[in-house]
Amino acid sequence: MLWSLFYIFIFPGIFFLSTYGLILEYLDRKLYARFQNRVGPPWFQPLADFVKLMGKEGIIPTHADKGMFKVLPAFAMAAVSVVILYVPMWSTNALYAFDGDLIVILYLLTIPTLTFFLAGWYSTSLYATIGAVRTITQLFAYEVPLFMSLLAPAILANTWSLSGVVEFYSNNPWLALANIPGFIVAVIAVQGKLERAPFDIPDAETEIVAGPFTEYSGRFLAIFRMAIDFELIVTSSIIAAVFIPLWSTNLWLGIPIYIAKTIFIIFIMALMRALMARIRIEQMVNFCWKFLAPLAILQILIDIIIKVLV
Amino acid sequence: MPKRIEIPLGPQHPALKEPENFTLYLEGERVAASNVTLGYNHRGMEKACEMRSYIQCLYLIERTCGICSHSHTTAFITASEEVAQVEIPKRAKYIRVLIGELERIHSHLLWVGVAGHEIGFDSLFMYSWRDREVVMDILAMLTGGRVQYSINTFGGVRRDVTPAQKEQVLKAVDILEERTKYYIDIALTETTMMGRLKHVGGLTHEIAMKYHASGPLARASGVTRDVRKDDPYLVYDELDFNVITNDGCDVFSRVVVRALELMESYKIIRQVLKNMPDGDLTVKVARKVPANEATVRYEAPRGEDIHYVRGNGTEKPERVKLRAPTLANLASITYMLDGGYLADVPIVIAAIDPCFSCTDRAINVKQIDNGREGTLDWNKLREYSIEWYKQRGFDAHKIKFSI
Repeated sequence: MLWSLFYIFIFPGIFFLSTYGLILEYLDRKLYARFQNRVGPPWFQPLADFVKLMGKEGIIPTHADKGMFKVLPAFAMAAVSVVILYVPMWSTNALYAFDGDLIVILYLLTIPTLTFFLAGWYSTSLYATIGAVRTITQLFAYEVPLFMSLLAPAILANTWSLSGVVEFYSNNPWLALANIPGFIVAVIAVQGKLERAPFDIPDAETEIVAGPFTEYSGRFLAIFRMAIDFELIVTSSIIAAVFIPLWSTNLWLGIPIYIAKTIFIIFIMALMRALMARIRIEQMVNFCWKFLAPLAILQILIDIIIKVLV
Repeated sequence: MPKRIEIPLGPQHPALKEPENFTLYLEGERVAASNVTLGYNHRGMEKACEMRSYIQCLYLIERTCGICSHSHTTAFITASEEVAQVEIPKRAKYIRVLIGELERIHSHLLWVGVAGHEIGFDSLFMYSWRDREVVMDILAMLTGGRVQYSINTFGGVRRDVTPAQKEQVLKAVDILEERTKYYIDIALTETTMMGRLKHVGGLTHEIAMKYHASGPLARASGVTRDVRKDDPYLVYDELDFNVITNDGCDVFSRVVVRALELMESYKIIRQVLKNMPDGDLTVKVARKVPANEATVRYEAPRGEDIHYVRGNGTEKPERVKLRAPTLANLASITYMLDGGYLADVPIVIAAIDPCFSCTDRAINVKQIDNGREGTLDWNKLREYSIEWYKQRGFDAHKIKFSI
């Protein structure tokens, strides 16, 4: 009982997720700023933003569905928080693991995106509705390549459990080299999942103001933004777990390794964000189905061939 | 046929830096039709000029635009000097050209940044605005102001350019030239940027001619139209430069035209600094300007700027008329928007380098009941608004109001 409370509230629960999420957001913003030749925010800026938003009045539009409007941010946050229980962080084992948890993780990761869609839809504002439709269109584009790229290593590992995958690659680190195309696909598709440039189409500021979040303010927006920070941790942890086979059984060595891996992925994602312009939704769908999906299929083929050979 | 939805872009919208309304009729992500509404920022400058002396007008006209402030003052003061029949010293003309070209550099670099921001490429925005600081510092050094230069005065210019300042300007131009080459390189190689800019906002040569597009917008549609060459003012006939045109007819070619125009501006500045003759800065002008009229065309960074001034023998102008370049270019906006994607709307609007506040005009009200043109008086307007709200279920009759 006590341990469950510890897991929920301290580690890897709310406290860890929010602290590390704000740190990663800070790193992302700072790196982005430095790439753009700016000074960037001070270290406490994400926290200050969060506190400020929490203190502000939350306005609910008259025509919006009040219940859904209030509940959706919490829903998004809860879905992402659950995922972390199944993701191995410093060791090869997650807190909870069962055969098939990889599928559950991917399913849970889709929920925040669906809540963004619903949030935009129930706001009943024009910009929010267009943003919502774009969110769901984009989901159909990146979801399949992302799933395939994350499942391909599991085919080689012959298990559907993320902890099992991690264990397999920590025993056979050289086989992880075969997954490099999958790594590329996953990092790019995650940019779409997190709605960052060049795939920040659903909340394209200059076109549709803030997309699904146009009508959100105050603590509802704060919780949504926190959920996005959680997503940042979760996705970077999953990619690190699946594709980077660096582990230590020692806790004090394992945690720095985990932090280094996630920061490396954040670095790549910030670099991508700084280097590219936002593309159009139809270009995004084309790109995902013409380039990412075939690359992910190639990854699956590679893994199957290696499995047959080894 | 898909359902049409109507979305307002503006008057308050993150893509627009100034208030203006674009009503878009969307079919999915495509823009089926669009409409532009002007008049959110009319400031009555022309009327205000009639109550001020020419020198006072000059400072008011300068505030027409925050970017091409020098263009407007130069056009206005050239027209005024023509009315007063004054020939200004050659050195003053050279200094006016120098500031004008530095302003063009500042405006085009600003535009590159804005365009980058509109397509979500914020890194380009940050880089080009950092480099814009170089030219703004130079302008501050030469004139004392970063935005409002106030270098012009009736009959010449206010400040001289010293040899030490010339050195610094040349140094800055070298830096900027190198940076501009870098931006041209980015524009020609960055795939996401090319994907967003090519085949977007098409404006064919015929339509550009028909809708009287001007400035870089027209030149990017293959129209060789540049007042500096067609109708040289100041000393442009003594300078060697090319009119940049491109046949791409899309937003990408507008980027190319502006980038290459920057290179031409650097060339012009070098020539101006080399050939600048010695001499006085101003000539004396009588306070009372004779009854006469003049129209001046000026190639502002955004296109052709037209100023008309009529004097009546007093120290105040009788009529001043401005035609900012954006007004000429606004006509083609709906043509460019229709059939495109919603995602392209901000960049297509930004591609004309709009300056809505400069261009805004008052609306001539046509009375619906008798078709008489003119203005509604207060009571008529109140009745009309009460009726308008009544039709929408709100009775304003109970509100007591008097004037």
